[in-house]
Amino acid sequence: MALLNVKVQEVFDEPGCEKNRSKSEKERKKGCSKQLVPGAAAGGCAFDGAKIALQPIADVAHIVHGPIACEGNSWDNRGAKSSGPELYRTGFTTDISENDVIYGGEKKLFRAIREAIEKYHPQAVFVYQTCVPALIGDEIEMVCKSASEKFGKPVIPINAPGFVGSKNLGNKLAGEALLEHVIGTREPEFTTPYDINIIGEYNLAGELWQVKPLLDRLGIRILACLSGDGRYNDIASSHRARAAMMVCSKAMINVARKMEERYGIPFFEGSFYGISDTSDALRNIARLLVERGAPEELLARTESLIAEEEARAWEKLRVYRPRLAGKKVLLFTGGVKSWSIVSALQEVGLTIVGTSVKKSTDEDKERVKALLGEEAHMFDELPPREMYRMLKESRADIMLSGGRSQFVALKAKMPWLDINQERHHAYAAYVGMVALVEEIDKSLHNPIWEQVRKAAPWEDN
Amino acid sequence: MAKVVSSRKSCSVNPLKMSQPIGGALAFMGIANAMPVLHGSQGCTAFGLVLFVRHFREAIPLQTTAMNEVSTILGGMENIEEALLNIHARAKPELIGLCTTGLTETRGEDIMGELKLIRSRHPELQELPIVFVETPDYKDSFQDGWANTVARIVCELVDKPRFPIPGQVNLLAGSHLTAADIEEIVDTIEAFGLKAVVLPDLSGSLDGHIPQDFSPTTIGGTKVREIRSMGGSLATIAIGRQMEKAAIELESRSGVSYTVFDRLTGLEENDRFLMHLSGLSGQPVPEKLRRRRSQLVDAMLDSHFHFGGKKIAIAAEPDLLWAIGALFAEMGAKISVAVTTTRSPLLERMPCEEVLIGDLEDLETRAGDSDLILTHSHGRQASRRLGIPLMRIGLPTFDRLGASHALNVGYRGSMKLIFQAANLLLEREDEDCKKPWGNGAAAAQIV
Ligand code: SF4
Repeated sequence: MALLNVKVQEVFDEPGCEKNRSKSEKERKKGCSKQLVPGAAAGGCAFDGAKIALQPIADVAHIVHGPIACEGNSWDNRGAKSSGPELYRTGFTTDISENDVIYGGEKKLFRAIREAIEKYHPQAVFVYQTCVPALIGDEIEMVCKSASEKFGKPVIPINAPGFVGSKNLGNKLAGEALLEHVIGTREPEFTTPYDINIIGEYNLAGELWQVKPLLDRLGIRILACLSGDGRYNDIASSHRARAAMMVCSKAMINVARKMEERYGIPFFEGSFYGISDTSDALRNIARLLVERGAPEELLARTESLIAEEEARAWEKLRVYRPRLAGKKVLLFTGGVKSWSIVSALQEVGLTIVGTSVKKSTDEDKERVKALLGEEAHMFDELPPREMYRMLKESRADIMLSGGRSQFVALKAKMPWLDINQERHHAYAAYVGMVALVEEIDKSLHNPIWEQVRKAAPWEDN
Repeated sequence: MAKVVSSRKSCSVNPLKMSQPIGGALAFMGIANAMPVLHGSQGCTAFGLVLFVRHFREAIPLQTTAMNEVSTILGGMENIEEALLNIHARAKPELIGLCTTGLTETRGEDIMGELKLIRSRHPELQELPIVFVETPDYKDSFQDGWANTVARIVCELVDKPRFPIPGQVNLLAGSHLTAADIEEIVDTIEAFGLKAVVLPDLSGSLDGHIPQDFSPTTIGGTKVREIRSMGGSLATIAIGRQMEKAAIELESRSGVSYTVFDRLTGLEENDRFLMHLSGLSGQPVPEKLRRRRSQLVDAMLDSHFHFGGKKIAIAAEPDLLWAIGALFAEMGAKISVAVTTTRSPLLERMPCEEVLIGDLEDLETRAGDSDLILTHSHGRQASRRLGIPLMRIGLPTFDRLGASHALNVGYRGSMKLIFQAANLLLEREDEDCKKPWGNGAAAAQIV
């Protein structure tokens, strides 16, 4: 437990994080998670975050050590896709009982690891700690170590019990576990000057596959993806990559930074959402690879691919302009730095009338202002009741947000599109952006809206 | 008569079971203007929320006391107090339901005692019903959490009867009933000129309707006032063996006698139910229901060809397992695999050799030669791997629409269940005909 606290502190004190650097020493110690308000909190636990970050590793048995709540209520509920093994979608848990709580669950955990290995032959086993066993003092590190020795397989402890903090912290603790136990433990069969890691991309709805063809055309190889469509061996040998891209917020910045420190792998922070961001990401990848010794002609090839792809994407988007011009959008992305989505939406004529800046830094906020103009509302927090009213009063025509606010929009009889974790459509890279606009168009122009908004004929007004 | 066996595995694989606290929370969601709270770390609430959102496709009111490591060790009373005050101030519910979790149960606290103190410190909470239930995650299952919660609601809210309310009956609804099921049962009761108070009533809150305005609490369900009046009812009808506990509690508080209907599937069980209602009301069975009975009889006649000798694998919580398993056994099918989550007196009565308290891995390893699998949406992987059709029953059903409107009780519900299963079996027979080793080839040889 004490050890875990040290780890948590260390993770909070992330020098790679811009936001963190701007804080005072004391603020920094408190970490980036706000103190939760009982009775007014929403959001996943650290265990949830760790699972989100690692479960996409497809050939691993992910065992959750805890009572049935942690896995039984949540398994197979995430949209990360695999091109091969399906093992990651199997729910494993020790489902500890009252007896285990009284006498300790370590023995059961050990036996559970054995059962999973014997029945499912995974490349490795990941063991996730949860609140109850953490509280009674089950030492998962120790159990994993002896199981690993006994069965001759990597058995990796992921020590991020829910009650230590938020999902985001869990992401980072998961990253720490990879750094400590996995990365650098194997060697790739071969390497090329075009090997990269993509860190913090989970292949939700298959988004990695919208990006990969672009990299393929440039001859760039994803040595390892952390962790979308991931394989244990690839991640174990990911320390041989020449460069890395860190995707999506600050979730795994600790991994990117420490891999740079330890293995000299330079990284940049980028996004595959939106047209210009995708282009920037490709440029940065090419640039870093060339800096690390790849032939310079890669840069020119990248530029010509970008030119071609951008032209094609804009061409496709143009079709939507007359259909979408003037429509008002509420955009709640939950802080994903995807401002280039905004420019693409604007390009097809949509107006962003409001957006959330809850998790954004001051610098981000300035950027939003520059992009959207002064009229657009920036909401730190928009209570559902307010959101409902805005939609009901038709101050927006469509809302793009996470699943949580889905019913606020639908009950107000307003078009809504899922752009968070549980979404079913892939919106990455050039094709993804076109797909997003296409979805917006389908949603806005669906014939149901007119009917469902009409009152029944026997009702007044 | 079945032998009941508990799985001896240390690793549960592909869980069938969900946890007690969220079963409890869902029961509170059947009460109007309520806010359920899990006393635990925020993750438990988040998982419960996602699960219910995916099943019901509705906004889900569910809060947390947001315990962390330190507050767990020091004790969570401050968190409870703060949560109650915040919820009272922001959401203005008419009832708060507080369920413990594994985390807070492991530490152990005298919450009942503390609640009294909290109330005395805050006069604004004085009148607000706060129902507290112990629901440790590491014991029992979802169904038990629901059952325990309803019993606690009865215990806290049902008044001693001052005067009888003519024609009112209590309907205690098990966790396996859908919104459509509850509507059907209420319609049936009303057809006898009786009025039902349903507890908990998900058909009011999570049936998928458009409320007038936005509400952070439940948007329908049993009113607290109605619950208080249950002591004056003519009788209590409990649907599902799990509800017996609440029925006994109700009887001991108010003297209202109860009858448990273990299931409302199949011809005879529904006949019995109608006779009971007829007895309570002094009314004959209405013509409309007689007609429906005759439709079910016809459906049984038409469908029995497809059930005879078919092997059906079912995994569900005890009351649902019994309701569906017994129906299909009556249609001539063989229950080849029965897996469940928790103990129940019904399990021994299952029409199969063995009932296993286990998980979906147990189902998958045993169901290889079955013709049909019935379980919740998590059975989709097993169904695909085995190439056996899946009929989704129970919660969670997240990969199909309309879970709340699935009708599985009464003559009509039985008929729908029978047709649905028969159609899946039929489709399979059709496909088998195409295979060289199927019936088609055999028929061709005879020609
Ligand atoms: S908060 Fe703790 S007990 Fe709850 S789901 Fe997360 S890890 Fe499990």
